[in-house]
Amino acid sequence: MSDQAARPTSLLERSSYTARRHAAETRFRACGLGAILIGLAALTMLLASVLGPGLGAFRQTHIHLPIHLDAAALDKSGTRDPEVLKKVTTLGYGKVIDKALAEAVAQAGIAIEGLSDAEISGIISREAPAQLRRKVLANPGLIGETIPLSILADGRIDGYLKGRVTAATAALDSNVSPAQLQLADAMGERGLISLDLNAAFLTAPDASDQRPEAAGLGVAILGSAYMMLIVLALALPIGVAASIYLEEFAPKNRLTDLIEVNIANLAAVPSIVFGILGLAIFINVAGLPQSAPVVGGLVLTLMTLPTIIIATRASLKAVPPSIREAALGLGASRMQAVFHHVLPLAAPGILTGAILGLAQALGETAPLLLIGMVAFVREYPGAPPEGLFDPASALPVQIYNWTQRADPAFVERASGAIIVLLAFLLVMNAAAILLRRRFERRW
Amino acid sequence: MTATSTLLTLLVIAASGFVLARARALACAGGDSRALHSLPGHYGWASVLLTLGPALALFALLKIAAPPTPAGTLAVLALALAALAWSLRRTRPNFRARQTVERGVLALLMLAACVAIATTAGIVLSMLFETRNFFAQYDWREFFLSTTWAPRFQGDSDLGILPLLWGTLYISLIALVFAVPVGLFAAIYMAEYAGGRFRAIVKPAIEVLAGIPTIVYGLFALITVGPLLRDYFAQPLGLGTSGASVMTAGLVMGVMLIPFVSSLSDDIIAQVPQSLRDGSLGLGATRSETIRQVVLPAALPGIVGAVLLAASRAIGETMIVVLGAGAAAKLGLNPFEAMTTITVKIVSQLTGESDFAAPETLVAFALGLTLFAITLSLNVLALAIVRKYREQYE
Repeated sequence: MSDQAARPTSLLERSSYTARRHAAETRFRACGLGAILIGLAALTMLLASVLGPGLGAFRQTHIHLPIHLDAAALDKSGTRDPEVLKKVTTLGYGKVIDKALAEAVAQAGIAIEGLSDAEISGIISREAPAQLRRKVLANPGLIGETIPLSILADGRIDGYLKGRVTAATAALDSNVSPAQLQLADAMGERGLISLDLNAAFLTAPDASDQRPEAAGLGVAILGSAYMMLIVLALALPIGVAASIYLEEFAPKNRLTDLIEVNIANLAAVPSIVFGILGLAIFINVAGLPQSAPVVGGLVLTLMTLPTIIIATRASLKAVPPSIREAALGLGASRMQAVFHHVLPLAAPGILTGAILGLAQALGETAPLLLIGMVAFVREYPGAPPEGLFDPASALPVQIYNWTQRADPAFVERASGAIIVLLAFLLVMNAAAILLRRRFERRW
Repeated sequence: MTATSTLLTLLVIAASGFVLARARALACAGGDSRALHSLPGHYGWASVLLTLGPALALFALLKIAAPPTPAGTLAVLALALAALAWSLRRTRPNFRARQTVERGVLALLMLAACVAIATTAGIVLSMLFETRNFFAQYDWREFFLSTTWAPRFQGDSDLGILPLLWGTLYISLIALVFAVPVGLFAAIYMAEYAGGRFRAIVKPAIEVLAGIPTIVYGLFALITVGPLLRDYFAQPLGLGTSGASVMTAGLVMGVMLIPFVSSLSDDIIAQVPQSLRDGSLGLGATRSETIRQVVLPAALPGIVGAVLLAASRAIGETMIVVLGAGAAAKLGLNPFEAMTTITVKIVSQLTGESDFAAPETLVAFALGLTLFAITLSLNVLALAIVRKYREQYE
């Protein structure tokens, strides 16, 4: 050692040199622990910042009113013929609702200074008349009766009940006035307005910019489900077949090498490049429709294939050669040995890999943006197989869509949609882990 | 007849082929399957393969070549029926049905494996073709060397890739500067210090980060990290007023890369032979000295490979930068300013109504090809390094 002074005079005495080395050891160890804590803190922050505001999306403000469906306003002819009834637009239904609300407010004895009639009707969602119209068209017999209804409140009133909008922000907001918030308070005391469970969030289609309160995930969940069906139906058989070929039959030659290199590289190609492929080949060359689940499904299939192939090959490799040798020894052909013995034994591992691949595909956004799934879709796609060609949305794309809207109420919707997405992923991953725990064999 | 019903009819024909061929094989052998060369089912499957194969090929060919006509459908069905009849004629006790079926299945397996090649070819060819169209309208020197990016609807746009490339590299650099030390230290701690129970809890928790979709990270950048950095760093320091910034996107992407770096490094550190550690510890080195002077140098090539893979991941990442980095193409050094990346511009040029003759749209394919080339070379380099290193200890 060059550091003569630091040398211990006795073995029993700790030198300053040793002390320094031990301090360095402690520091190094603390760095490691710190890195792990940073990772865990990031995870906590990420989940908290998304889950916190998202929970609000599962509750929605409704106004509870008895509504008199005036025959004079909704069915002048008196025939109750659905074709004639369709002539009454949402404007007509809006007036019916406005009248019912004004009566209910007057009856409850609510009087708020400076509150105009327009402001009273402004607490109702713009979507409410359309919902009432659909209800009446589906059941014309309701006309002329008085029915108790829960209708959607405007997004700002909803925000007020959830604490997002306050009297101070309302004063600066042209879409809502402090007087309307007082009205909401007064109605809340009388049970006319309340926050209820929002089942429509999972079933309703998307809604336009001005109607965040009506926006739901129905079309997106259906579109994602269609795409997952396609991915499962294509990627699993193709991936398993490719793995069997590479693992059990492929001779060592140039073609096999080429396939191996391609799979390794495809696994690392940025997902957006698959979107370009989908746009150029499936839409521009093959002429498939834009925004269709079939195109999204095909693109995600190509993206998921490497994942499934890598997982399948690992589980095929894990089946010991003795199984194959025993089958061959008893006179089975190589094909029979693989399909009758190796494949069933590898099945749990393959399924686990397939589920994880599906989970990855479910959360993928970028390629779907390029094939037109960002389009605003309100119509539910039809039943498969024809429905696969109808325009639809997808869960992650719907989230992206909502982040691009101006109204802050859509941030709550986007976070809520992320909760739904993460819940699906959680279920899939849990299923994969269970499958592995339950069925995986150790040889 | 629609495509679906044609396909269903084909399936029905094939199914009847299975039943007929199997029954015929058994009948030929007088009901005694031992007199047959193959199992009775093999005769059935041979008939199915022969019936479906050519008919489906013709069906696909007609579908690509021309709009469906009744004559085309009839031709497909007739081909299937003819093949069925021929396969029945071939069904005799000495027909080597198993070999035929297995050859057919092997061909199918091989076809499935070739999908990977077809995908790569599709990616490269589609982008090359459109990129050629783009360079026919726009000078390639301008594209690669110009420092302005300003697409205009009327045409006469400036489409220089340099500002986008700079934004991409800057954001990736910040992400790596954050993720590599954190991921590496986490991996070292878990591989060398952590006890079994700590590892069993913490490792999956860190890996949860890898399973979260990037759109979630994007929203995290948009609603949490962006405003946080703006209010507590950028504005007090007078560096900018935008929530979307290089720093926002870089940090969030760094969080995304932590599990990627840590699990790859963990594997590589675990591969360093225990004898190296034992030798170092036996000579009196502390554990951290062993790690810094023995384990890490031995694992270095693998770790470099992992970092390159992480870099390729960062360069190709889309949703985080779309939501966190902004849309302004700028060449600057201020990390609290909004900048943009190649992937953001691919998305913005290709979404919405796009005219596939205009250079403003076609440029996205040139950007995509550049991105593909960069990530591909990084991956190839990383894999080569990792592979070379692996051979060292195996």
